Amino acid sequence: MNPRLTSLQQFLENSARESPEHIAVVEPGAGSVSYRELAALSDGLRDLLVHLGVKPGDRVGVYLRKSVDAVAAIFGILKAGAAYVPVDPTGPPARNAYILADCSVRAVIVEAQRNEKLQAEWGESGKSIHALVLDGTGGGRPLAAALHAPERRDPAPPSATVSSGPGDLAYILYTSGSTGKPKGVMLSHRNAVSYVDWCSEVFSPTADDRFSSHAPFHFDLSILDIYVPLKHAATLVLISDEAGKDPGKLAPLIESEKITVWYSTPSILTLLTQYGRLQERDYRALRMVLFAGEVFPVKHLRALRALLPAPRYFNLYGPTETNVCTYFELTGEIPPGRDKPFPIGIPCSHARTLVVDEQMRPVRAGEEGELLVTGDAVCQGYWNLPENTARAFHAGADGVQWYRTGDVVVEEPDSNYTFLGRRDRMVKRRGYRVELGEIEIALYRHPAIKEAAVVALPDEEAGVRVKAFLCCHEGKRPSMIELKQFCADALPSYMVPDIFSFHDLLPKTSTDKTDYQRLKELR
Amino acid sequence: MPDAMETVKNFILQEFLPGESPDQLKATTPLITGGILDSIATLKLVAFLEEQFHIKLEAHEVDVDNLNTLADISRLIQAKR
Repeated sequence: MNPRLTSLQQFLENSARESPEHIAVVEPGAGSVSYRELAALSDGLRDLLVHLGVKPGDRVGVYLRKSVDAVAAIFGILKAGAAYVPVDPTGPPARNAYILADCSVRAVIVEAQRNEKLQAEWGESGKSIHALVLDGTGGGRPLAAALHAPERRDPAPPSATVSSGPGDLAYILYTSGSTGKPKGVMLSHRNAVSYVDWCSEVFSPTADDRFSSHAPFHFDLSILDIYVPLKHAATLVLISDEAGKDPGKLAPLIESEKITVWYSTPSILTLLTQYGRLQERDYRALRMVLFAGEVFPVKHLRALRALLPAPRYFNLYGPTETNVCTYFELTGEIPPGRDKPFPIGIPCSHARTLVVDEQMRPVRAGEEGELLVTGDAVCQGYWNLPENTARAFHAGADGVQWYRTGDVVVEEPDSNYTFLGRRDRMVKRRGYRVELGEIEIALYRHPAIKEAAVVALPDEEAGVRVKAFLCCHEGKRPSMIELKQFCADALPSYMVPDIFSFHDLLPKTSTDKTDYQRLKELR
Repeated sequence: MPDAMETVKNFILQEFLPGESPDQLKATTPLITGGILDSIATLKLVAFLEEQFHIKLEAHEVDVDNLNTLADISRLIQAKR
């Protein structure tokens, strides 16, 4: 394997040169493409984007369901030297329109059925944005058709793939923001390549591997899913959003597609354990189970390992801003009495870590503190939010910029870190980051709501349950069903509160702020 | 089959809409597209339906067409019994 690959698009170009006929991407139900075909399709898009005026450093939106088309779109954008901005194709159009406008994309590749709403949200302001509209997605055919559409009488003249520098922006992933707007985490080629190189070291992928792609492309787990197999000329098996949530479809798919490396949130593995009838399946191909994004309740992990004892299991940890930065391999039996979650482990080779107290002084092993991370995989900051970026980093005495994870950890005697909780109001729900403040701001937009406060309550089954406490204007209390619908229109489904509770007044602290501690104690 | 619908309605109110007044949940209230049932809630509902009504739902039947309203669900139960 060539160790000198320094940009993500080189992974595909290198594999296409070495293994042109090997299957690169499988889209169950819609076909598959070889490395040669994927390279050609992404070249075609690169040429069109360059022809449309996309320049190195520009951003291009990807508003597509997971498909060969979406993978080819990502590589076409990277080959043009631009950064891709993937948005949730099942998410609220208004939120997606905001994201794409926020980072001022030059172009967007969008399915026809989603384009109308997107353009309506943009109105006049979206006029300068090129929309490459695909007639759906599936197997790369709609993208190929759009590239050769009759109205493009002449195909775009061939251009060359841009050699992006290590510091150039590769993609922006938007996560929940406490101010009510999602914020864009800017990641460079160096950030992603250093992480993928670490994956090569630890997971030893080969061209025979078949990696699952369970996470949606706007979620950071997708970086391992897409680029590790494509670097090693292995095969990427795309799992649709619909099948991905349904253990009845997912469990047989892992078997029939002979997945060798599985990566998802613990929530999905828990669903598979509970509802997937795993004991009936043949998972002999599966050699690794990787999980990240949230704490895996030991009860469910034990049940999974009992059903599938053969693969190696890794707990990966890292916010979107740092990529995976610590890891822990589970070995041996899980004792029946254990309910303490497993550690997040030791730093990856690309990362350095530090634990500090509230005055940012390093603490000793065994003492609690906030985890700081630095290294090649740590992001450049947030798009167009210099103040947030400044707050997120701590300049060390030696000039090193440390990313503040906000996660409170402790270093155990065996050098592994254990995650203890958060410093702020962010929670993880099904692996997704949720800023409780963003939910509150959405609720305040409802005309009947006078005051809103949202808390996360621990829950054995679901990890956390999100509860909204509301005060309404007199005589205007909406039904819970109406509120669920209202939230579902404004927020991704993982941010819709589980429970609503109505009150005349919300408890306040002596400084007249919402007293979240007392709210959590209210029943 | 009003009895089955009532049973399902009570389950949904109790599990996913605690505190909601029962007359707000109508036979035509959208459950999945209305943000009441997310993917995990849908699985819980399916497990409940299978156990309560002694039916077996295939993976392809677990979708918005069959489960989006109480009316859809009771049609599905009737077809399966």
